[in-house]
Amino acid sequence: MAATTTTKTGARPARAGRRLRLPAWLGTTPFLAYVGIFLLLPTGIIVVNAFRNPSGGLNLSSLKLLFSSTTRSYFIGSFQLCLISSAAGAVLGAILAYAIASGDPDGTVRRLYIAVSGVLAQFGGVTLAFAFLVTIGPVGLLFHASWYYSFPWGIAVIYAYFQVPLMVLVFLPAIDGLKVHWREASESLGASAWQYWRYVGGPLLAPAFLGAALLLFANALSAFATIVAWENQIAYGVPQQIYVAINSEVGLSNVNEADVLALGMIIMVAIVMTGYVLLQRRAARWLR
Amino acid sequence: MEGLSRRYGPVVALDGLDLTVHAGELVALLGPSGCGKTTTLRLLAGLEDADAGQITVGGNDVTRLPASKRDMGMVFQAYSLFPHMTVRQNVAFGLRLRRVSSAQRDRKAMEMLDLVSLATQADRYPHQISGGQQQRVALARALAIEPRVLLLDEPLSALDAKVRAQLRDEVRRIQLEVGITTLFVTHDQEEALAIADRVGVMREGHLEQLAPPTEVYSRPATSFVAEFVGLTNRLAGTVSGSTVTVRGRDLPLVDLSTPPGPVTALVRPEAVTLASDTSGESGPLTGTVIASTFLGATSRVTVDLGDTTIMAQLSTADAAELPAGSRVSLTIRPDPVLVSDDSVPAAGAEA
Amino acid sequence: MAAVTSVGETPLAAPARRPRGMQAGRRRRLNAFRYVVFTVFGLFFLLPLLALLRFSLEGNTLGTWSASAWKQIVSYQGPPPLLSAVEITLELGVLTSVVTLALLVPTMIWIRLRVQWISRAFEFLCTLPLTIPAIVLVVGLAPVYNRIRHYELSALMLFWAYVILALPYAYRALSAGLNSMDVKTLAEAARSLGARWFTVMFRVIAPNMWQAILNALLLSAALALGEFTIAYTLLYTNLQVELFSISRNTPNASVIFSTSLAALIFAFILLLIVSYAGRRRRRGMR
Repeated sequence: MAATTTTKTGARPARAGRRLRLPAWLGTTPFLAYVGIFLLLPTGIIVVNAFRNPSGGLNLSSLKLLFSSTTRSYFIGSFQLCLISSAAGAVLGAILAYAIASGDPDGTVRRLYIAVSGVLAQFGGVTLAFAFLVTIGPVGLLFHASWYYSFPWGIAVIYAYFQVPLMVLVFLPAIDGLKVHWREASESLGASAWQYWRYVGGPLLAPAFLGAALLLFANALSAFATIVAWENQIAYGVPQQIYVAINSEVGLSNVNEADVLALGMIIMVAIVMTGYVLLQRRAARWLR
Repeated sequence: MEGLSRRYGPVVALDGLDLTVHAGELVALLGPSGCGKTTTLRLLAGLEDADAGQITVGGNDVTRLPASKRDMGMVFQAYSLFPHMTVRQNVAFGLRLRRVSSAQRDRKAMEMLDLVSLATQADRYPHQISGGQQQRVALARALAIEPRVLLLDEPLSALDAKVRAQLRDEVRRIQLEVGITTLFVTHDQEEALAIADRVGVMREGHLEQLAPPTEVYSRPATSFVAEFVGLTNRLAGTVSGSTVTVRGRDLPLVDLSTPPGPVTALVRPEAVTLASDTSGESGPLTGTVIASTFLGATSRVTVDLGDTTIMAQLSTADAAELPAGSRVSLTIRPDPVLVSDDSVPAAGAEA
Repeated sequence: MAAVTSVGETPLAAPARRPRGMQAGRRRRLNAFRYVVFTVFGLFFLLPLLALLRFSLEGNTLGTWSASAWKQIVSYQGPPPLLSAVEITLELGVLTSVVTLALLVPTMIWIRLRVQWISRAFEFLCTLPLTIPAIVLVVGLAPVYNRIRHYELSALMLFWAYVILALPYAYRALSAGLNSMDVKTLAEAARSLGARWFTVMFRVIAPNMWQAILNALLLSAALALGEFTIAYTLLYTNLQVELFSISRNTPNASVIFSTSLAALIFAFILLLIVSYAGRRRRRGMR
């Protein structure tokens, strides 16, 4: 019969006849517990370790490392690359997302491209580097371009390979949220396609677009670690320092360095993420 | 519109539709889902292309013109206001596209908002106002560009009953005040009958009848119209000559060319009157009251005639004197009746 | 028995939803645009893969063809044998997707229904893993996994981390599904009919978003199939790690290419299959 209890999680059926008044948010406990252990705890460990001596005391000198000139140049380098690749990825991805969204929602094309996006967004890194090596590298199939070694432009192209799919995955729901009525209404009021995008479609999509672009940016920073760590031919970036710090003799004995660099990255990412969530709030209200 | 046809794959939405709307009149297109009324509207608006046929507005052929050039105002069923603009900006949108100066835009927008009595909400956002208010803003927005034709696609369907009734009258008032040619699509016959100059009843891509509301109601052209608009009793009868004999009474026919033979006659409840029957006899026009439905000023009384049931519409005072179980005798007013054709299942004839 | 039709009633034989059309000119332009976009992007995505294919079939001298690179994948004896890596990865894929769904679906529905104020923070938490580099996460995960390794459990334990990595993608997919229906109304209707929260969530809401659930499953599985960094750094062997060590341990250069391509194709086919499993929808029109 109808349960009037507010039970903690849906997974546990209500106790017959008993009225439990537990706060509803407890229903999110499993999730919070999981995330707590496997996401927040590691993050916490990194943060804490950054400020600890090998012997265990507080050590703020590792912070100095964060602001050293080498670190700074690493950060700036990766920053540039990520900015370019996320801007390009966002625009291109948006175009592709629009092409997908404007088609048959049950259609083959849509499924295909979403599956492709799902796969390619994950397979950045080793596979990707190799693939580009053979397409446009020294013995490449298409042509021998040495510019792809150049930093940051060449690599930005490589990045597009997984930035664009990610953009599609992230931005597609926003485009789906554009009601067809708005287009028709503006058309009946006399707007051309360009006018529609300029006054209606564009402004409505802008928060979601920027949010997605921010996400791409953060993801680029993050994916950089993988590519760089395994393909030393390409230039440098912060994550390589981390890798070196973790695995080299010198690094292992000074675990703090790895943690500090990790901390720096996390801070950068956190700032970006906050911006993203704020933008999402705006987007969600209109496109829901 | 002449000879308009439209199909979606195997589905024929419109089949050679001919419809003329006169200047300044409000035509309501009425019909069940899928009858093609919305398709007609969208074709007129230019949001879709016809497979065949021609559309002329004020003498100009607009069949090939895209929607943005047709100079028509449209109000949609779902709330189509741009969520990122204020009410005022929404209304002024069409003018902005036409490069009207900002001062003039503002003036016109406020004028329109006054027309729909929403001037005080000018700086609110769509999500801050109610559904009825949103539709009024949509109306203001459509009228702001001073279009030649106003199109309304079931604009009140998504609103609750009270608001719907109010808004319906307001739409009519505004339409008369502005004097704009209007096409109004709805599935609610009460709406159509209340506000239209002419009602077009549609079914499966055809116009069954296009006539003023009173005529559609009292002189339906086909049995579909008779049954779709208002209530109908279906009674077995026999046609001979120019009358149909229903339960012993001869009633004149609407269509004098009806071939003789058994048919189903369609009789309106208000044509049936009841009187208390104390004679104790039972005849074709006597029966027992089963139930009565209170409708306010009138009541609908259902009477069991033995082999069938019939509905009568009486004033509530009269109905009160005939509670369930009382014996009554009926009279059928000799209004011209329609007889059912075969496409609508005739349960009475099979009885 | 006389039939009486009442005011405003639509006959019950309701015709099928008629589709919405679009103005012909606009449709033409749109289709042209779509063809161009899909071709360009299709090429962009396809070419490197084709190049991989070509090079994986390269013989010892340039210009010859040889399938040896592919044969070597199959014949690789280990340690550990390829098949066990494939097996582990598939299991990881299943485990990751199932746990991700089990974690997210009830929580998201619950939040949507009862605890809306948390949704902002929830979205933040779910999107965070996208932005934290795997290699950094590993730094923090290492102590946690050291504890796990203490119990000598297999590489399947990687799923704990994979679920976290999958959160952003799964969240997005499920969120789109939840947005497409009026969750509150459905829930209220079910509750008024006497359903308990459990029933509401799993027999009313979840079935209506099964497309989204399928998507989320797809994306989580893809992640597990393609993950390399965490597995490698934590010294486990999954498919990608295995392929990597194959490429390191065989003298034939092309094996690098064949292994990379093998992984991609494998994942892609798997995902397509899952995606098409969800194809049995009504041929509805929009």
